[in-house]
Amino acid sequence: MTPPGGVRARAEILARGDGHGRTALPLLAGEGPLAVRRTRGTGTGARVLLVGAMSGPLGGDHFTVTARAAAGARLSVGSAAATLALPGQDRAGARHEVRLAVDDDAELRWLPEQLISAHGSDLEVVTRVDLAPTARLVLREEQVLGRAGEEPGRLSSRLTLRIGGHCLLDQELACGPGAPAGWDGPAGLGGHRAVGQLLVARPEFATEPPVTRMLAEGAALLPLPGPAVLVSAVAPDGLRLRRLLDAALAALG
Amino acid sequence: MNRAALLVLADGRFPAGGYAHSGGAEAAVKAGRLTDTASLEEFCRGRLHTSGAVAASLAAAAALGLDPGALDRAADARTPSPALRAVARRLGRQLVRAARAAWPHQRLDALVRDFPKGAHQPVVLGVAAHAAGLGPEDAAYCSAHEGVSGPATAVVRLLGLDPFEATAVLARLAPDVDRVARDAVAAAHRAAREGIDTLPARSAPLLEIGAEAHAAWPVRLFAS
Repeated sequence: MTPPGGVRARAEILARGDGHGRTALPLLAGEGPLAVRRTRGTGTGARVLLVGAMSGPLGGDHFTVTARAAAGARLSVGSAAATLALPGQDRAGARHEVRLAVDDDAELRWLPEQLISAHGSDLEVVTRVDLAPTARLVLREEQVLGRAGEEPGRLSSRLTLRIGGHCLLDQELACGPGAPAGWDGPAGLGGHRAVGQLLVARPEFATEPPVTRMLAEGAALLPLPGPAVLVSAVAPDGLRLRRLLDAALAALG
Repeated sequence: MNRAALLVLADGRFPAGGYAHSGGAEAAVKAGRLTDTASLEEFCRGRLHTSGAVAASLAAAAALGLDPGALDRAADARTPSPALRAVARRLGRQLVRAARAAWPHQRLDALVRDFPKGAHQPVVLGVAAHAAGLGPEDAAYCSAHEGVSGPATAVVRLLGLDPFEATAVLARLAPDVDRVARDAVAAAHRAAREGIDTLPARSAPLLEIGAEAHAAWPVRLFAS
């Protein structure tokens, strides 16, 4: 049973270089439905999995995930399963906050599984990324509107990227019942049921920015006004969306 | 208050170059998403509540006197498509030229000086409204209206749609325009109190993606 007011849970990850070229995790903490596990990393980096994401968020829940890659860290974060937003007993919507920070000489790869907005759910996702000027980032967000053949719930997401305190991207997407009219029309999603973003920041983009291009009919690579690119994609379903975003990441090298 | 100036500024014949742009309608027609009066209405409604709402808020904030440089950066962050950023600056450059002739004002002179490549059109529109003696609500209305009237006019040419039908679409959208303009003014006042980051950032994925597809075509009827 979800108590009145929903569950409040936090997870925190802190990674930093250990001074010997490897990545240490001085802080790795989760609570309640948000558990975090260190898994076998590749090379000198650290890899962390968010587990137990299946259990929520339900209406009224408020989850906060914080991750910071400090100098020298190579941190990769994934999730064990898709996150399913479900309706709760609480009439209030759920909120899922993600705050990411990457210092100079550090890298964060934030590659969670899809977020699925189930019928009747109401979720607000806020992702805020703060990068130091030479930080490196790969971030993927995928929203799937409804399980197979199901009408979606209400989903709003806001993604902001700051580099050196300067805001390069502030993008909000609202879908489902209660979203401003026209969200699924020919300007919005045009009937597509999966929408995703891949955000890549690299200091070398400041001097050699990638070229704007269409990657597929529903996907474009968009250089932002600074050393970062956004791949914006829509697809009929989550599987095809993942293929588009994987191909985009491979194309960036 | 100088309400007649709003009619001049919002007039489709105001020589600011807007007639050359379809607001994404040409790309949507080519992709087969915009085919008739009903889909035009859905297109315009979606555009109005996303990039239209953002533009109206920026215009209202600029008319309110917020820093055009900070608003221009906020517009950049809310426009991930480089093609749309370039279009917004080109339209801003054209608008500042017409507005300076119509309503000479030091804030317009400052825009020309500080943005040699042009500022985002909604920011210029807000400053132009101020120069014309208009307020944030007028700027928001003007922005929201042209955000839907542009595509509606373009679709008459692109699809050979009956102009009466296209105008009826705009009439049906009027309550939405009212709401967007009202929300934009509230957002501008909030930005003045709490910072420009609080301005709305609603996006329409197919407008951004479609704008890049459109920019790559060798031949097109509209500039965007």
